[in-house]
Parts: sequence; structure tokens; C-alpha cells
Amino acid sequence: MLESIDPSLIDWSRAQFALTAMYHWLFVPLTLGLALIMAIMETLYYKTGKEFWKKTAKFWMKLFGINFAIGIATGIILEFEFGTNWSNYSWFVGDIFGAPLAIEGILAFFMESTFIAVMFFGWNKVGKGFHLASTWLTGIGATFSAWWILVANAWMQNPIGMEFNPDTVRNEMMDFFAVAFSPVALSKFLHSVLSGWILGAILVVGISAWFLLKKRDREFAIASMKIGAIVGLVSSLLVAWTGDSSAYLVAQTQPMKLAAMEGYYNGQQGAPLEAVGFLNPDKKSYNDNIYPFIVDIKMPRLLSFLATRNLNGYVPGIKNIIDGGYKLKDGTIALPASDKIAMGKTAISALSAYRAAMKAGNRNDAMFCREILKSNIQYLGYGYIKDVNDLIPNVPLTFYAFRIMVILGGYFILFFAVVLFMAYKKNLAEMKWMHWVAMLTIPLGYIAGQAGWVVAEVGRQPWAIQDMLPISASISKLDVGSVQTTFFIFLLLFTVMLIAEIRIMLREIKKGPEA
Amino acid sequence: MNTTYILLQQYWWFIISLLGGLLVFLLFVQGGNSLLFSVARTDEQRKMLVNSTGRKWEFTFTTLVTFGGAFFASFPLFYSTSFGGAYWLWMIILFTFILQAVSYEFQSKAGNLLGKKTYQTFLVINGVVGPVLLGGAVATFFTGSNFYINKDNITDQLMPVISSWVNGSNGLDALLNIWNVILGLAVFFLARVLGLLYFTNNIDDDELQPRFRKALLPNAVLFLIFFLAFVVRCLLADGFAVNPQTRQIVMEHYKYLNNFIEMPVVLVLFLVGVVLVLLGIGKTIFKSRFKNGIWFAGSGTVLTVLSLFLCAGLNNTAYYPSTADLQSSLTIGNSCSSLFTLKTMAFVTILIPFVVAYIFYAWRALDKKKIDSKEMEEEGHSY
Repeated sequence: MLESIDPSLIDWSRAQFALTAMYHWLFVPLTLGLALIMAIMETLYYKTGKEFWKKTAKFWMKLFGINFAIGIATGIILEFEFGTNWSNYSWFVGDIFGAPLAIEGILAFFMESTFIAVMFFGWNKVGKGFHLASTWLTGIGATFSAWWILVANAWMQNPIGMEFNPDTVRNEMMDFFAVAFSPVALSKFLHSVLSGWILGAILVVGISAWFLLKKRDREFAIASMKIGAIVGLVSSLLVAWTGDSSAYLVAQTQPMKLAAMEGYYNGQQGAPLEAVGFLNPDKKSYNDNIYPFIVDIKMPRLLSFLATRNLNGYVPGIKNIIDGGYKLKDGTIALPASDKIAMGKTAISALSAYRAAMKAGNRNDAMFCREILKSNIQYLGYGYIKDVNDLIPNVPLTFYAFRIMVILGGYFILFFAVVLFMAYKKNLAEMKWMHWVAMLTIPLGYIAGQAGWVVAEVGRQPWAIQDMLPISASISKLDVGSVQTTFFIFLLLFTVMLIAEIRIMLREIKKGPEA
Repeated sequence: MNTTYILLQQYWWFIISLLGGLLVFLLFVQGGNSLLFSVARTDEQRKMLVNSTGRKWEFTFTTLVTFGGAFFASFPLFYSTSFGGAYWLWMIILFTFILQAVSYEFQSKAGNLLGKKTYQTFLVINGVVGPVLLGGAVATFFTGSNFYINKDNITDQLMPVISSWVNGSNGLDALLNIWNVILGLAVFFLARVLGLLYFTNNIDDDELQPRFRKALLPNAVLFLIFFLAFVVRCLLADGFAVNPQTRQIVMEHYKYLNNFIEMPVVLVLFLVGVVLVLLGIGKTIFKSRFKNGIWFAGSGTVLTVLSLFLCAGLNNTAYYPSTADLQSSLTIGNSCSSLFTLKTMAFVTILIPFVVAYIFYAWRALDKKKIDSKEMEEEGHSY
């Protein structure tokens, strides 16, 4: 009997990974953001010697500590889930993908875990300078960790610096620096870390606003708000810039993701950007000629500019990427997806024949098969794709998530600018409406971060590694019931932890900086 | 095979073994937590215990993550086969470590939803289940597991998965093997011994000190019984050997005993390690003022576990043997990363001494003053 992968196993494995990643990204950005803000505050304490800054820094450190542990707990699960749920992936690209994870452990996690202990328990045990250095090193450790894990993620979006080895049946690293310092990794790192700083700033401003609303700890609240808003404004301006370069890189490396982000089916020169749009649910297929929007407002030529840096540049749509036939940047003509799938199947057959010939000791046949494999290797992953429609990610999810992220990103710039203006030029302490706006902005910070990762990860589907390995060929051979059970255990554990964290945070906030 | 490649495989197996040794040493955090409700009688005493292990738990956690990451980078076929196959075994370990991670910070905070006792019970659960299952997982290096690997599967478009567990237990069958359970229990009692030695060194309390010493003896005896039983079994049992010419896996009489004899340095490491562990325990039991047992027993643990790992993987031995299909067994040669990756990652390990140095410096700075009840009452960050 022929065995085949149960599609629901793929869905549940994805659901479990998505659940863990989404929970992880609730806690990690706050760790990154608060680390910077509390380090700035402690630096002010170090410079001025004022107890006020020490108390202020310690208050935010307390919230940092409550949040930190769950970030670690969800992080370890993510690392191990590559093995437990994506075992084929772990072998197929482990030669490249394992390296940044190991470096993250050796260089970043130990720094974080060593100095966080000094930061929390060392106030009366080490000198002021050593303590301040420990606070900064905790944040730097967290940021290093972000660098290496984003190197790994960037490689999944844009695999480079490797070569397929048919003898070991895996991809092997050829150029470490290409992997570790790729432009996609740099862009991802800046965009993600800055978004963490924004979230930290939003939380600091929002919680400080609550103190003002309650007419408590005014000096502390205003001082925290000013630092938070400065960090937030600088970060949200920078994030707009890195967002633009991220989109440009997506256009170069993942044109399908860009097309899904824009609900963009028919390519053209001078392509417009969708400012606002409501997708048409009647559109069922990429080639049904149904207009993808019920209503939309376009900004002329901006998509071309975003994707090619030229107002008249050609941007392929979903239909073009599937059908092929347009001119690529290197001057060649894009292949239809059906051809890529056929070449992928040829590559898989050639690999099979190569391995059989090697086992039989038939070197000539093996070399012949290897040549065939070599000329089709680029499309090996396409061989596992059953239907061209499977190559299109979930357009509504990617489209709306992208818009939510961008609109909120724009709002944050305005928000921090207004907070700063009010804090320096007006009597912010008395502006109740502003306090409410600041508090209500807190959930928006989380939504923006989650939406960003939905764009990055859902937009890459069906690929685990872009154009190289689809998720269907990445999984572990498990029974669906096991993965469903662990999914619900994780859901329960993470949710209980989240509720407990929120409750503890609220209590600690109520106690205030004087506690 | 290229000599450099072989050397790098051995070097990386050494790094993994060292991380394994450090991890078992750092399980003193778990061992200590497993004693939370037995050696401590009052809330205040429990608070001292929790704060004592609470300043080190992140090292254990980080070492576990790094152990996983380093295994992934250097021996990815183990990572995919063991984690993807023994799914439930690893998942249960992970669940208990998640519980532990939040329990420190949450247990004494108002509004923590589940109450202090529940979080402290989570610490105990992790303290018991973590060492037992990690020990059981390490024992499979000597006893074997039920998996099957076929790299040709990648060309099967319907089912391209190359590693699979041959039965539906997803790794829980490891616990049906009595020897895995025995090593699990040995690691558990060792962790408790180390926990007690660490408390003896770290907590300055007149009421607790005699109780640490009193609890040491029964735990040490149980550790020794289980540990010696496992070691004797390994030395007398058939082992999973690799024929260096054909790369075929064959069963060899007294393989692990032969490994110790053929690698005298490993044997010396093992013996020195065991002696140091015994010395740390013995001096603490017999000398009432001696408080440095953790350093003897800790370094002894690192050496002993290191040598056991080296015995399992070097000298043409399959370190992750398959009892379902002998030829699927993993060796450091057939499961490792490419020459390029091992070489690149070897450069990264040059930084490890620097990491160890700052850990040591920070640890000393914090531990200069021991934990006592007065500190627990003082204002400041405590669990």
C-alpha cells in the first residue's frame, strides 16, 4: 500500500508552530523594547546619581522580569519544534539552519541569562558601573539573539550560500558570511528589533498615561513618557524606512508574497499600490478574470516604485508568476509554474536514479543522472507541489495583515509625535483624552507586530524555504492525534501563562514605582 | 574520509559531550527543586530554596537550549530523528521546562492565578520529571531506540520523510526499557545530591544546614545503586560498533568496556569524575563545616558524563543506535554536518572560554554573599 502524508498532519503541525511563534512574539518584542528603555533610565541614574531614576528603572525592570520568562519558555519550544514537527526540514537544511541557532545559544543566550541575574540580584552586591553594564548587556544579549534567529528566518525567505548534495540528500553550506550577513537578514533584523522598541515605547507611554489618569506618580509618569515617546518616535520613523527596504527585498526574492500582500493578479508597468481595498470573496481562482476587489483606492505607480525603484518598472502579478512569460531582471523569461513543477519532478526522479546507480556501483549512469539533477536542481522543491494553485499563499490573510501593519505603523509615528509635543509644550498631565488614547494604543502595538509576522510567514506559503522545500515535504511522520494533543496542551499552557502574566503585571503596575 | 573531517566530527562530539556534562551538573537546580517540600518546612525556608536555585535556573535552561542548538548544527540527523521520532518523550520534557520557566517569577507575585503552591509544585514536577526523562533519553545512547532512516524516501513525492519511529509510541517506549529507567533514576538522585550540595554552599541557615546534610546520605546511596547498576550493565553488555572499513553497524561483545580500555584518557576522565563526585559527597557528610562539596561533585559530574558520552560516540561506536534497524543507527560520521559547517562552527567555539569567563565572574560576584533569611526580608528583587 502506498503511504502518503495526511494533509491534516501538515495543518496541525503548522497550527502548532504558528501558535508557538505568535505567543513568542507577544513577549519577545517587549523584552527588546523595555531592555533599551530601562537601560537608558539606569544610565541617567548612573550619570546624575538621582534615586528617582533608580526607582524609575527598577519599576520597568520589574515588568521586564515578569515578561521575560515566558519569552524564554516559548522560545525553547520553537527551537525544538524544528526537530519534533519538522524533522525532514531539520535534515534537509540542518547543515545551514542549525548554525545560527547554535551561535544564538553560545553567544547570545548565555550573555542574557548571566547578566539578567546581575541586573535583578546585584543592586547591593556589585558596583554601580558593573550593574549598569549588566543591564545594557542583558539587552544586547537579547538583541544578539534576535540577530541570529532572524538570520535563520531570513534564510528561509531567501536561501543563499548553499549547494545540494545528492549523496547526503541535503543542502550544505558553502558561504557562511552570505548566510549570516545577507541583506534580507539585516533588513529583517532592523525591522523586527525596531518594532520591539516601538512596542516597549507604547507600553511605557500607555502605562505612564494610566498613572496620570489616576493622578499618581506624576513626575515618574511624565519622565517615563518622554523617554518612551522619544524611543518610540525614532523607532517608528526608522521602521518605516526599513519597512520600505523590506518590501523592496521581498519584490526581488519573493514576488509571489508581494503580489499576495497587494492582492495583485495582473502584472503591469507603472503598477499602482493599493491604499485601501476590500477583497472580492467571489474571486476563487487566479485566472477567473474576476476583479479582486469590491472597492479599492489605488495610488498610481507606487507599487512599481516600491518594488523596482522605478515608477514605470514592471511588477508581475499572481497570474503572471503562475503563467510565466514575462521578462525577469536578468533578462531571461520567467518559466510557467507548471514547467517548474515538471522540472522538479525530473529532478526528484534523477536523484532517485542517481542514488540507485551509486548503490549498484554503476558510476557512468550515476554521473549521467547527476547532470540531469544538476540542471533541474533549482526546481527540486517544486516536484512536491501537486497543483499550481498550491503555489499561491492565502491572499486575504496576507493582504489585510499587511495593511493593518502599515496603517498602524503610520499611526504610531503620529502618536509618538503628538505625545512628545504635548509632553514638552502642553500640560500632558491634565489631558485625559490623551491618556485614554495612549492606553488604548497598547493592544495596537501587539496587533501590528503579529500582523507583520503573518505577512512574512503566511506570505511565504506553501514554502518552508522559499522555492526550495515546501511545508508538505518538511514535516515529521507523526500521527495527527499526537500533534493535536500537544497543540491543545500548548494552547492551554500558553494561555494560562498569558492570563497570569497580565494579572501579575496589572497588580505590579498598581503598586507603582514607590513599592 | 578526510582526516580533518574526522577530527572535526570528534571535536564536535566532544563539545556535545561537554555540554551534556554541564547540563547534568546544572540539573542541581531541578534536583534542588524536587526537595522543595521535603527539606524545607516553612514558607520562609522554601523561599530561600527557591531564591537559591532561582539565581541559577537560567543557566540550566540556556545550557539545554544550547545543547539542542549545538546538536542541530553539528549532528542534524540526530536532531531530526530523535526529536521528530521520540516526539512524546521530548514534548513531556519541554512541557515541564515551560512550567519551570514561569514558576520562579510568578510564584510569589500577587494575582498569579494559580497560587503559590501550584507554581512550587510545578518546580517539583520539573525537578522530578526533567532529570528522569533526560537521563532516560541519554540511556538510549547505550540501549538503542526504535527508529528507521531511509534517505531515499526524499524521492517519494507522497511520503518524503526520511526518519520515522517504527511504533506508535513516539518515544515513550524508551521508558519500557528498565535500563533507561535506571539511568533516569540515577540522574534524578544525582541531581538531588548536587542540589543538596549546592544548597549547603549557597544558603546560610542554621536550621536548614543539618537537614541538607541529613538528606544527602539516602539520596547519595540511591544514586550510587542506580548508577553502578547502569555502568556495570553497560560494561558487560553488547555494544553497537561500526566497522571502520564497511561502515556497517555490528553488535560487539563488551563494546563499551573495550572503548574504555582502548581510550585510556576517557577511562581516566571517568574514574577521576566518579572519585570527585564521591569526594564531594563524602567530605560533606563527614565534615560538618565543609561546604564546597558542590565544586567537587559538580566537576566530577561534568567529567563522568563527558566520558560516558565520549564512550558512546567515539572509537567507531554508534551513539544513537536503532534496535529496529541496526543499519539506521547514527554514528558521528553518518549524522554530522558538512566539513564546511563543522569547520565554521569550530571557529565560533573559540569564543566559549570568553563566555565561561564572564559567567564565572558574574556568578562569583553574586555569590560572594550567601542567601540568608535576612536577605529574604530586605527590599529588592526576590522570587
